[in-house]
Amino acid sequence: METIPAPGPEPAERKPGRVKPPREARARAKPLIKSTGIRFAVTYAVVFGLSAFTLAFSLWYSTVGLLQRQVEFAILNDATALNEHYQIGGLPSLINAIHGRLTDSGDSDGIYLLLDPLGNHIIGNLDQWPQGLNQINTWYELPVTRKGVRSVSLLRAYTLSGGEQLLIGRDVSARAQLRNVMRDALLWALGLMILLGLLGAVLIRSMFRRMIRDISTTTRAIALGDLTRRIPKHGDGDEFDELAEIINDMLERISRLMDGVRQVSNAIAHDLRTPITRARTRLEDAALHAHTEEDLQSAIERAMLDLDGVVGVFEALLRIAEIEAGSRRAAFAPIDLAPMLHDIDELYRAVAEERGLILDTKIDSPLPLLGDRELVQQAVANLLDNALKFSASGTTIGFTARMEESLIEISIADSGPGISDEDRNRATERFFRAESARSTAGSGLGLALVAAVAQLHNGTLRLANNNPGLRAIITLPARRG
Amino acid sequence: MRILVVEDDKDVAGFVLKGLREAGHTVEHADNGRDGLFLAASENFDAIILDRMLPGGIDGLRLLETLRAQDNATPVLFLSALSQVDDRVKGLKAGGDDYLTKPFAFAELLARVEALTRRGKSDGPATKLTVGDLEMDLLSRSVRRGTQKIDLQPREFRLLEYLMRHAGQVVTRTMLLEGVWDYHFDPQTNVIDVHVSRLRQKIDKPFELPLLHTVRNAGYMLRAEEV
Repeated sequence: METIPAPGPEPAERKPGRVKPPREARARAKPLIKSTGIRFAVTYAVVFGLSAFTLAFSLWYSTVGLLQRQVEFAILNDATALNEHYQIGGLPSLINAIHGRLTDSGDSDGIYLLLDPLGNHIIGNLDQWPQGLNQINTWYELPVTRKGVRSVSLLRAYTLSGGEQLLIGRDVSARAQLRNVMRDALLWALGLMILLGLLGAVLIRSMFRRMIRDISTTTRAIALGDLTRRIPKHGDGDEFDELAEIINDMLERISRLMDGVRQVSNAIAHDLRTPITRARTRLEDAALHAHTEEDLQSAIERAMLDLDGVVGVFEALLRIAEIEAGSRRAAFAPIDLAPMLHDIDELYRAVAEERGLILDTKIDSPLPLLGDRELVQQAVANLLDNALKFSASGTTIGFTARMEESLIEISIADSGPGISDEDRNRATERFFRAESARSTAGSGLGLALVAAVAQLHNGTLRLANNNPGLRAIITLPARRG
Repeated sequence: MRILVVEDDKDVAGFVLKGLREAGHTVEHADNGRDGLFLAASENFDAIILDRMLPGGIDGLRLLETLRAQDNATPVLFLSALSQVDDRVKGLKAGGDDYLTKPFAFAELLARVEALTRRGKSDGPATKLTVGDLEMDLLSRSVRRGTQKIDLQPREFRLLEYLMRHAGQVVTRTMLLEGVWDYHFDPQTNVIDVHVSRLRQKIDKPFELPLLHTVRNAGYMLRAEEV
């Protein structure tokens, strides 16, 4: 068995204060290779260098290269012309032509030398055959001495049909100078390019880091629990602004969800604490003060009722959570709502009559739906429970269900106190109870469940003013076919 | 009646055992799945009260499936903290006869267990139900008490039929909601009370001896003698 040696020279050195620096150094060394900023910078430098090199090369080619080719072209033309003189007029004509070219002051760069087959000078502005030029029909760039002046020339030699040697050339010292200037300039430019490239790389890296820093500091703060932080925008609408906006939107949604959760847990804490406190108080009071067995019995029974209320709230919460999770969609079946709604009507009609209310029911048939019969049943029952609860004796509750194109609309309208405009949007929140409903029994979960059921069926719950009272409308997409 | 309780929570088990014994039943207890299966398979019970989540490698569902695979038809009531609709459906699919979620009222449990055992016995195709001088003819769908014919709405008929089939037993409001209306949740409104009181108007009001009794903190009972 091998044991893995502990990192660090000696275990004794691994004191708390000493552990940190090497770890930090390691952490810093690693990103140097893996840093995206560096990668960006290097990529930038390479791209910059390549484009600069291409530019320099094409500049070189189009100036120096062009001049070179022009000179070559001139020499070749000259050679063809002289050769024609020789062919037509023989040697005297050629000599005449060369002489003409040598005395023509306009072309002072021309270099000519004609030797007879024995190597004797016939005509030309060179004293002797240049050294190193020993092949015909080949380009040479050699220093020659012309009129006592040494200069670099481009030369080409020909052998004529009579055995004479003809040398044609051009003085290119001016061009060579130009080339040197160009080369120096390009070398300088190259140096500058490298410098600029590095500078740009550093600049890009720091820019990149600055942009990332905004995001990373914000997200780190959020990870540590400060959900109010947002990524600052620079306002120029660039990609980073766009990213910042997307992340901020996401954070907004998360914090809204968190608020919801917090609200619900606060509500749970409050709404469950109240009945639990009541039950506890009853029991404690009975334990301390009950004198007869009857007192004790009734206190216990009432405490049990309170606890049943708590259980009821739990069950409603779990049911809403179950519905919202959407897992019950798997159990959706094709159903006709009409008979089920008639059953509910019959169930509640008795209660309405008992309380002196009129239940005005109109149910179309059929109402085909793909859904969960039990959940729709419970949703409608919840709405009827509410309507009964808030209706005064002698008033009418309207209960209608109809098919409108491809939508099933179930509406329950009462003439009770209704819900004020500002409360209506919040009425489907869990545990929300309007001020006017505070005194009435209920958990504040009924409408939340209805909304969840509607949503599960891709439908909606709408609350409207019934002038007076509340009209709750469930709209569900009907089953096709 | 002989009832097996398979429940690992000591407090719950103790409470259930005590209550069942007080109600006059003989009770056996197992606190894990393996012992429960052994008892259920080797002895005869009138009903089994079964927890879903049990220690001992065999949970309630497995226990019941094994039992049913051996052609053991003992009525089983699940008593479980798993309260989702799916859980109930799973329990009933596995061969459970009833499903009660924790926490529960003992009256509810007792009523349901007693209803189960009754159901197990009277599977014969009865055409007539009788409680005291109240008679129900299931074929002609008519009801009479003594010499007087009683007119009932279809739903009232089903409500009375349910009560008569469980005559002499406590029937809870949730049992009525499930059995007569097929509702699996508790409405906020006292719908059942209203319907029962309407039924009572028809079958009891004109007569001297009341048959439909309210059992405090539990539900209703239909019986000829005074409770």
